[in-house]
Amino acid sequence: MSRHLDHAGRPLVAVTGIGIVTSLGSGRAENWRRLIAGESGIHPITRFPTEGLSTRIGGTVDWLEPDGTGSQCVTRALAFTAANEAVAEARLEGGIGGPLFLAAPPVELEWPQRMALTGNGGIEPGRAYTSESLLKPVGSPRHDAIYDAIQFGTIGDDLADAFGVTGVPVTLSTACASGATAIQLGVEAIRRGESNRALVIGADGSMTAEALIRFALLSALTTHNDPPHKASKPFSKNRSGFVMAEGAAALVLETLESAEARGAVIHGLVLGCGDKADDFHRTRTSPDGGPAIAAIRNALADAGLDETGIDYVNAHGTSTPENDKMEHLALSTVFGPRIAEIPVSSNKSMIGHTLSAAGAVEAAFSLLSLQHGVLPPTINHDEPDPAIPLDVVPNVARKAAIRTVLSNSFGFGGQNTCLVLGRNPL
Amino acid sequence: MAQDVAVTGIGLVSSCGAGLDAHRTAFFADAPAPALDTQRHAPLVVHAVPDIDWSAQVPRREQRQMELWQKLGVYGAGLALENAGLKDNLDLCRTMDMIIAAGGGERDLSVDETIIRRVQSGEDLGQVINAVLTTDLRPTLFLAQLSNLLAGNISICHKVTGSSRTFMGEESAGVSALKIAVARIRAGQSTHALVGGSYNGEDADFLLSYQLKSMLATRWSPVWEREAANGLITGSAAAFLVLEARQHAEARGAPILALLGDVAEGRARRDADAPAALAATHARACGGLSPDLVISGASGFGPQTALTSAALAAGSDVPARAFSSLTGYLREPQFLFATALAALAVSDGRMPTAIGGEHPASAAPAAVLAETAGLFRGEGAVLVRRA
Repeated sequence: MSRHLDHAGRPLVAVTGIGIVTSLGSGRAENWRRLIAGESGIHPITRFPTEGLSTRIGGTVDWLEPDGTGSQCVTRALAFTAANEAVAEARLEGGIGGPLFLAAPPVELEWPQRMALTGNGGIEPGRAYTSESLLKPVGSPRHDAIYDAIQFGTIGDDLADAFGVTGVPVTLSTACASGATAIQLGVEAIRRGESNRALVIGADGSMTAEALIRFALLSALTTHNDPPHKASKPFSKNRSGFVMAEGAAALVLETLESAEARGAVIHGLVLGCGDKADDFHRTRTSPDGGPAIAAIRNALADAGLDETGIDYVNAHGTSTPENDKMEHLALSTVFGPRIAEIPVSSNKSMIGHTLSAAGAVEAAFSLLSLQHGVLPPTINHDEPDPAIPLDVVPNVARKAAIRTVLSNSFGFGGQNTCLVLGRNPL
Repeated sequence: MAQDVAVTGIGLVSSCGAGLDAHRTAFFADAPAPALDTQRHAPLVVHAVPDIDWSAQVPRREQRQMELWQKLGVYGAGLALENAGLKDNLDLCRTMDMIIAAGGGERDLSVDETIIRRVQSGEDLGQVINAVLTTDLRPTLFLAQLSNLLAGNISICHKVTGSSRTFMGEESAGVSALKIAVARIRAGQSTHALVGGSYNGEDADFLLSYQLKSMLATRWSPVWEREAANGLITGSAAAFLVLEARQHAEARGAPILALLGDVAEGRARRDADAPAALAATHARACGGLSPDLVISGASGFGPQTALTSAALAAGSDVPARAFSSLTGYLREPQFLFATALAALAVSDGRMPTAIGGEHPASAAPAAVLAETAGLFRGEGAVLVRRA
């Protein structure tokens, strides 16, 4: 069997470019340095007034200069920042030459835009949605820009133009598993032989007051505002919800054969992908962890590994009471007693929950862990939860020569997607 | 070895009604007529939401958790599963893959209007948002806004849980959903899949968005006769397909309604060369075969309709049918509706009735090209053949 093929005779998929931006900074190097130093990017929100809100902290990315206002522009700036870094590193002549899969949040008309349309020949005061006001002649350039901003396909289209993507870009959402699904779709396309390469991006800049309030109303967010850097404490007894955050990661996926032939940098391999939907509840997971267990097992099987084949778990680890309990149940069911020996850490303790981007950001960090032989810690682990006896790499990074990582992503709507990443050479 | 991809189930909901018989009645009638609502959004016209007994496909306790686009989708998905003989077949639903084309974004208009009024009376926007949304917003509305929660609701109501992926991006979401579902089955990555989408054509924010470009019509006429930019009439709909590897369908004795070719896609710059590019996408989908019917996603929006018309003119005298004359423009499911209607036409062996200036024809179609150009970006086409 060729060393360029996997256990099922499919092309092995390498990662030849990585770009990262999170609340820790822009760029792979800065993010990795701060991540393994156990630093937190969580801080008070300054983008909008937080007076009267129960949660007033987040992992916003405030130093980019989005081309316009609204979360769509932040998401766009994040996606481009990550993609620029990944594509530059991959040193491709003439662009990606393969498909684009973009994990991004849904878009909608936002308050600054909505208010800009009231009066001024747009919506009549106090009559926001009457047909008469809809039919007011609008169509100035400013309104064209708003129209473009609220189309779900706009960011993907712009990225496709910029990076030499083939075909129609796919913009997708599997909620908090989106980034992992984007990688899975890219791997599947390469395995089908449609292309030697794919660009996959997870990007989420959706920190607005309305989005924050929506998550707060579902009791998903921690209200531990002070100090902000201690708020996200996955697997701790006193964990109380996730911290909403922004970020993006871009990965250039490429067949190992193509990557080696052109002497590309190879960060690691995507060995397997598995998903499974849950029919239990819109926001809660099956109490028996069944779908998460199935997603992990599907990923292992896809990678041609059994439960002895995983050296480290990059957890979904949101710091909500329910997720962390369920994730422990799923991991201990799949790995049995050996789970006590497998380090399991959560990047979200430092960068918060980057939502649509999380699966891609955490896959990127998993690849850097493989490459550098260092496990990022779970910080804020001061009160371990006795019901979750995991080795969470508490508070301090650890050197470990690992060969494989399982990266978990779970989301609202019954979404469960898991990736198995491997060192190169294995 | 490449697998043949079979359509074994079709689920349709539109202003024509719910289910295949309602659509047969509408599209194969002697004198098709649209079901319009000229009152609710007057002077705008929309294609009416049909009367539906939701409980037939959506458990009553679940209905309260959904907004219209999701109920339409869950209903349409149920119809497709039923048509495929898979409704309540838990073994095959639990291994069924799912790709959904979705938008999202339902809102609570009274909450929004409260905020607008208070800001217009001089209060600070940021403070008002925090105060009003925190107290007045219904927590579960979020779950009607998230794009992937149509798929989530289908998992809950119909137990489709093999996998669940949601694509966004207007018409292109539907094109990509079908393209990837077909490609996965063809390559053996999937054995059976549910593909579909739904759309609420009366969503206030979507109507407002079209009007930011003055696109909406105030009077109905057949799609091909709407040449002006403001020719768009929206409709509410769901379009779902159950796809299977032919061997998978045959092994369980399921009737095969149609076979699908690979989905061809394009991203033509909308300039003078766009018709040739769209015609080339059509040709790639046909792979050298000549279709005897085109089911077109022409919407009535002037530029997109003219583009489609010009591209089809290159294919000479193949009869074309713009289904949006009867259903309105359906956004994410537009291409899926075209494909579903094409599958119905080949499986029934009937030619949809010509509307307006469409070329009359009566021969039983054996190969139908389903196609859609997005209003502003993205094109897709697929050849649908008799089994």
